[in-house]
Amino acid sequence: MPDDANKIADPESNDRNYVVSPLGYPARVLGPGETYETVTDKIATVVLKQPYPKGWWIGFGISFALLMLFLYAVTYLLYRGVGIWGINIPIAWGFAIINFVWWIGIGHAGTFISAILLLVMQKWRTSINRLTEAMTLFAVACAGMFPLLHLGRPWLFYWLIPYPDTMGLWPQFRSPLVWDVFAVSTYFTVSLIFWYAGLIPDLATLRDRAQTRGKQFFYGVLALGWRGSAKHWQRHQSAYLLLAGLATPLVLSVHSVVSFDFSVAIVPGWHSTIFPPYFVAGAIYSGFAMVLNIVIPLRKLYGLQSLVTMRHLNNMANIMLATGLMVSYGYLMEAFMAWYSGDIFEQYMMLNRAFGPYGWVFWLLMLCNVLIPQVLWSRHVRTTPILLFIVALFVNVGMWLERFVIVVTSLHRDFVPSVWRMYYPTVWDWATFIGSIGLFLTLLFLFIRFLPMISISEVRELVAEHEEVEK
Amino acid sequence: MAEFENHEVLVDATQRTYAEGYRKLDAYSPFPVHGLSEALGRRKTRVPLIVLLGGMTGGLGGYFMQWYAMRVDYPFNIGGRPLHSWPAFIPITFELTILCAALSAIIGMLALNRLPEPYHPVFNVPEFRRASLDRFFLCVEATDPKFDLVRTRTFLEGLRPESVKEVTS
Repeated sequence: MPDDANKIADPESNDRNYVVSPLGYPARVLGPGETYETVTDKIATVVLKQPYPKGWWIGFGISFALLMLFLYAVTYLLYRGVGIWGINIPIAWGFAIINFVWWIGIGHAGTFISAILLLVMQKWRTSINRLTEAMTLFAVACAGMFPLLHLGRPWLFYWLIPYPDTMGLWPQFRSPLVWDVFAVSTYFTVSLIFWYAGLIPDLATLRDRAQTRGKQFFYGVLALGWRGSAKHWQRHQSAYLLLAGLATPLVLSVHSVVSFDFSVAIVPGWHSTIFPPYFVAGAIYSGFAMVLNIVIPLRKLYGLQSLVTMRHLNNMANIMLATGLMVSYGYLMEAFMAWYSGDIFEQYMMLNRAFGPYGWVFWLLMLCNVLIPQVLWSRHVRTTPILLFIVALFVNVGMWLERFVIVVTSLHRDFVPSVWRMYYPTVWDWATFIGSIGLFLTLLFLFIRFLPMISISEVRELVAEHEEVEK
Repeated sequence: MAEFENHEVLVDATQRTYAEGYRKLDAYSPFPVHGLSEALGRRKTRVPLIVLLGGMTGGLGGYFMQWYAMRVDYPFNIGGRPLHSWPAFIPITFELTILCAALSAIIGMLALNRLPEPYHPVFNVPEFRRASLDRFFLCVEATDPKFDLVRTRTFLEGLRPESVKEVTS
């Protein structure tokens, strides 16, 4: 058992001296010298300790200001209607759908990490799965907002749900837009269940460590009286594994259904069978970029470098590189199929996409999503947090631009030149978009403050395994 | 109730207690310990069955809902296409299968565990707070036919525990 003497006091040092595998990659999932107690301490004090670090207040303050911007923009939207946005015929979708697809995509990395990596027994997922699941929930919450706001009369959103209404009508179950309602609401519910199921034992830990009556009550209610009984653990593990198994096909289906919104239509540039896999790869790509953008500042702020190690950053960068290449292949195939189809509308769409009035967006997209991520081939970049952060930022911007290109350039010039129009986002479009980032970050900061951002019980399992290996 | 320092000692102690003939046992640990439920003489849980049933209900119910709505209750001719257009019903059927299976997983797990249960006698032992931190516990319940306050206590003390405590209810 590692004793306190070799415990490294300075968390930063985990970024400088780490054990490497024979191939030269960072090898350890946890930093040296972690025990049950240090793990619990590190994670639980973030939640239970007063006062909060200054960085938290600054971050929360900015996010909260942006959230207020969002509420302002939405209130005005409800008052005036969607006419305040830049949308019109033929570009009826605009920012609302771009943001919807972007946010949903970001959520996918969370499920990918927590469910798929659990099934394929990738132990390194343990330190980051809780945080990324929370990210999924908040991203899906942001995403769900946009189609609702885009409805025109958002207060009638419940018409999308099958219920015995007085009009005697049903939703049109053959429409991809109704599929979306089911896919997104199922995705949100299942993510919430999965997240909460994993959280119950950790809430019990917080309940038992809390000093004040209020906190004991708060975490005690949420922990549902969990006492770590072996019988409970057995059922819990069984349910957790099954939930992971259920979430795995779900995550692949959600973005496929989102892509059907496009590919079932006959608009040139949308009507394509490559859309489902290409959307899923893009979703995981942007999701991992967002995870890196969140995790890199957080581990620094709370000194968690020995729990979220270089190995994690390196692995996530590798996944980002791989999915980035799949997305690049998607771009290539879109261009190839447009040419190969012999369809003049498809061919013109591709030319217009690259050299038309929105051509600069397309080339910016190529720069952010295809060119810049190639630096991830370098191990130096993958193991330098600040460089990785910058690359991830570019990928997030790039993925947003990708959705802009798909939505706007395909719609703005379709079959008949007399209906060609330009789309210019208004200040309200921007306010809603930037405001939704505020909503996302506000939820994330509150989560970090009140709930354990790393799964304590699962990291303990890792500690137990490390000990057995080192004995 | 006996307190142990690590999970290997706990599994070992549980096996010996079970072999001794005690059946009303429970072990407590801060993380899932491999082999512990087997040591308690438990084999399978019913959670997977509940999830399967939940998923099947969701899938069949979802498909039936769409078929009923589109074919029976509100038939609507769109360009002469078939009313029972099953490929278009698959996405929602799939989503409802997952949704119902996931709901039955969490509800089934909590129900079988009899949670939420805010009060349980084990919480009366002050040391038990560490069951969610870094200590491992084995508890022989008084309802066990072999239970005897003195003899059980002596037996537990022979298992190399950190301490043995009595749980008051």
